[in-house]
Amino acid sequence: MKRELTLPIDEAAARELRVGDILYVTGQLFTARDEAHHVMLEAHAKGEELPFDPAGMALFHCGPVVRKADGGWQVIAAGPTTSVRMELFEDRFLEAFRPPIVIGKGGMGDRTQAALETVGAVYTHYTGGAGALAAGRIERVKTVYWLEELGMPEAAWIFDARNFGPLLVTMDSAGGNLYKQLEPTIAENVKAIHARIEEG
Amino acid sequence: MTAADVKGVVVEAMRIAATQLPADVVGALRAARQRETSELGAAQLDAILENVDIANSGSIPMCQDTGIQTFFIEAGTGSPFLSRIKDWIEDAVVEATEAIPLRPNTVDPFTGVNPGNNTGRFMPFVNWELTDGDEIVITVLPKGGGSENMSTVKMLPPGVGLKGIEKAVVDHVVSCQGKPCPPTIVGVGIGGGADIALKLGKKAVLRPIGSAHPEPAAASFERELLELINMSGVGPMGVGGATTSLAVHVEYAHRHPASLPLGILIQCWADRRAHVRLTADGTIEVS
Repeated sequence: MKRELTLPIDEAAARELRVGDILYVTGQLFTARDEAHHVMLEAHAKGEELPFDPAGMALFHCGPVVRKADGGWQVIAAGPTTSVRMELFEDRFLEAFRPPIVIGKGGMGDRTQAALETVGAVYTHYTGGAGALAAGRIERVKTVYWLEELGMPEAAWIFDARNFGPLLVTMDSAGGNLYKQLEPTIAENVKAIHARIEEG
Repeated sequence: MTAADVKGVVVEAMRIAATQLPADVVGALRAARQRETSELGAAQLDAILENVDIANSGSIPMCQDTGIQTFFIEAGTGSPFLSRIKDWIEDAVVEATEAIPLRPNTVDPFTGVNPGNNTGRFMPFVNWELTDGDEIVITVLPKGGGSENMSTVKMLPPGVGLKGIEKAVVDHVVSCQGKPCPPTIVGVGIGGGADIALKLGKKAVLRPIGSAHPEPAAASFERELLELINMSGVGPMGVGGATTSLAVHVEYAHRHPASLPLGILIQCWADRRAHVRLTADGTIEVS
């Protein structure tokens, strides 16, 4: 079902979201790819305070194109990056920082699925490559962290977004997983494809 | 004609590639949308087509991953500009990064340092092919990381034959699921050697969608493989649906009797490319 959400949302609200839901999110997003995950987890391990509150925002797997404009920043293109690269540490990240919504593309693995169930969060899929469409839904760049150290794609950008979507929930906190639901059908199809190749 | 002219035209070609999806790709995406029966898959194609329109009308990059800047040059040995073309391209990449803008995507593997202008050791990468005549044709291919990560080479035992190639390609494309941003274009390079098979796959991707391999056997192999891949149901972005790939393009070289190299080159739906033609008298065209 289609849902319009305004961040922050609490754990109970995040736990209501289900695979197949299509979300449009208004509120703050923070971008984090491999490097920002590392930096934030290191800070957490040392007991350091972060300069922003990830629990009130959606985590966006994104390395945007941004440009300096009028003393601030302008987002040019900001679609999702391939999420599974972050599988190495996403479970620890979710448990440490508790963002209720993860936005990315391509889905994630079993460890992330388990962490979504533990913390009460969902993984959502945003259309890969739709960078211009996404940029149109970002009203403002609030700020950026670790830009000097990590460079434009890997820095943590804080965006104010309006009706950011469509975000398709593909992994939820109740164990629902769209990719797993598709697997048996695809496996059957592959069997049929192999049979046709053999006959050919 | 001056160096600045050539640089400007290469920048313009890079802008076209980053912001305007070629008509053959848009046509193939629209046809895929028409055919799509999965609601979720159709929604992905709608978002892609809306995104393509926004990028085109606003002259902004269609994807935030503006790629590694890769150039294929067919260099006529009679061209008076051969010795200067590489410098012009490098200058154009620096300017285009600022002007379009492009995401700075080159990182030193040892230090992690990103110079911020899409250049670096061997970057931008230029593939040279010497041709007869005095024209230079430059093809710009900004290749995204998500789909390139899904490209692979397999050294098959020759005994598996063409059927073995078909199975290996289908199995690989299915295993990629939504990661390379399907619907994809699959470049299949056969023969030569490990590096050559991959290179042939990448070259095959440059062909427009809808064009068939000039040899009937290879053309029919392309059609069959596309049909097989689309029987899988992986669908747009891996959320299920009728179109997993928009095209399969094959290129081949003769092989060693003991080897059957298979390069599988995956190109995301954002199949961005543009061309610059430079004649000996200094005329420049961009398309």
